[in-house]
Amino acid sequence: MTVEAATDLPIAAARATPKAPIIHPAWVRVTHWINALAMLMMIGSGWQIYDASPLFGFTFPMQIALGNWLAGALLWHFAAMWLLVINGIIYISLGILTGRFRRKLFPIRPREVVRDMVAALGGKLSHDDLSVYNAVQKLLYAGVILSGFVIVLSGLSIWKPVQFWWLTDFFGGYNTARYVHFAAMTAIVTFLAVHVLLTLIVPKSLRAMIFGR
Amino acid sequence: MARPRKAVPGVDPNLLIRDAANLLPAQSRRLFMRGIVSVGALAALTGCDIIDGDTSEKALRVVSNFNDWVQARLFNPHTLAPTYSESDVTRPFPFNGFYSEDEAPVIDGDKYRLEVGGLIDNKKPWTLPDLYKLPEVSQITRLVCVEGWSVIGSWQGVRLSDFLQIVGADTRAKYVWFQCAEGYSNTIDMPTALHPQTQLTLKFDHKVLPTIYGFPVRIRIPTKLGFKNPKYVTAMWVQNNDAGGYWENQGYNWFSGL
Repeated sequence: MTVEAATDLPIAAARATPKAPIIHPAWVRVTHWINALAMLMMIGSGWQIYDASPLFGFTFPMQIALGNWLAGALLWHFAAMWLLVINGIIYISLGILTGRFRRKLFPIRPREVVRDMVAALGGKLSHDDLSVYNAVQKLLYAGVILSGFVIVLSGLSIWKPVQFWWLTDFFGGYNTARYVHFAAMTAIVTFLAVHVLLTLIVPKSLRAMIFGR
Repeated sequence: MARPRKAVPGVDPNLLIRDAANLLPAQSRRLFMRGIVSVGALAALTGCDIIDGDTSEKALRVVSNFNDWVQARLFNPHTLAPTYSESDVTRPFPFNGFYSEDEAPVIDGDKYRLEVGGLIDNKKPWTLPDLYKLPEVSQITRLVCVEGWSVIGSWQGVRLSDFLQIVGADTRAKYVWFQCAEGYSNTIDMPTALHPQTQLTLKFDHKVLPTIYGFPVRIRIPTKLGFKNPKYVTAMWVQNNDAGGYWENQGYNWFSGL
């Protein structure tokens, strides 16, 4: 079929119109939003669980915690964990199999991280091409994926310190594993704050995560 | 008013009191969704559940039942809970219950009888001297509370699987149900009842159980959360129906395995 022939048809003409390339394929968008929901449920219920036996000298306000009381929070936490883990396995598997992680997140070079961090803080970092991540983005995305592994495994070690005693030992014992779990939550919440803030600064990145382009 | 308490290493007594209060069911406990409207995205996506708290509670309980099933499969009857040395024992060991320490039931050891019933051959009630004559096992294990804190204790008593054999229990039955002097109750699965570390506990730290740790009989299960370790046990039934339990009936996960 020649180009001339195709342009005679309105549908083909529409297809031929140059369109912005897909930045986030559908599987990224779907798993991203399921993950966002699962994370909010895990964090909210986790705060309520924390309040029953705080590790530090503060508690989370009831208004931002999920589940209303300890039993309710535990029900939420151990229900949302399935959503988080199953969705996470799908996301990680596709990220590796499609080569997206390799292409988008690596390599992460310390010199570039420093360069892009300086540029970002000076407001000079370009966001013209959303399909290419700068070094700070790469580090943050790889870091939050790593935190995801740590929070799931440390959570498993607190949930099953007898059946998975070796995992609990790996995290330094039951009590230490609770601190590891809390630290991973703190890392993820800090990422979330930066992530949401940057989305507000560059709103087209939110559009891309919803519509793909 | 809080009475002065001895310090427990690693456990803040004031926190313990507050924890006990937290563990108490709130007046609106059935409305799990209340007070979370600020979690905006969640609110939007589970809109109908916000209006009907019972719907979300029902759904969550279905998942909790599924988690019972998962945990029963994760439970390995040969995996032992980690054990510790004498020097690791938390001293003094804290009291914990749904009531304050001075409300703990005081049981007359001379009049005490442990009733045994259900699918067992010998239903003769047990006196304390008879229980003390049974072969003793000892363990130093970690007790993990559903609230998150944990303590290490030293317990002595009869292996529950030995006791079930002595009374001629049908161990093909699904559950063992414990009733306690203060109205507490617990049902556990038979595989856990037969686990080598599950103990019909008569002593703490090699001394007869003090009142606050469950005199005269506690069931010590190091493969389950603390609330599945009933104190002041007065009756034990081997049966095929799940009779629930004090906290389980209020929404805590039934299996609660570690």
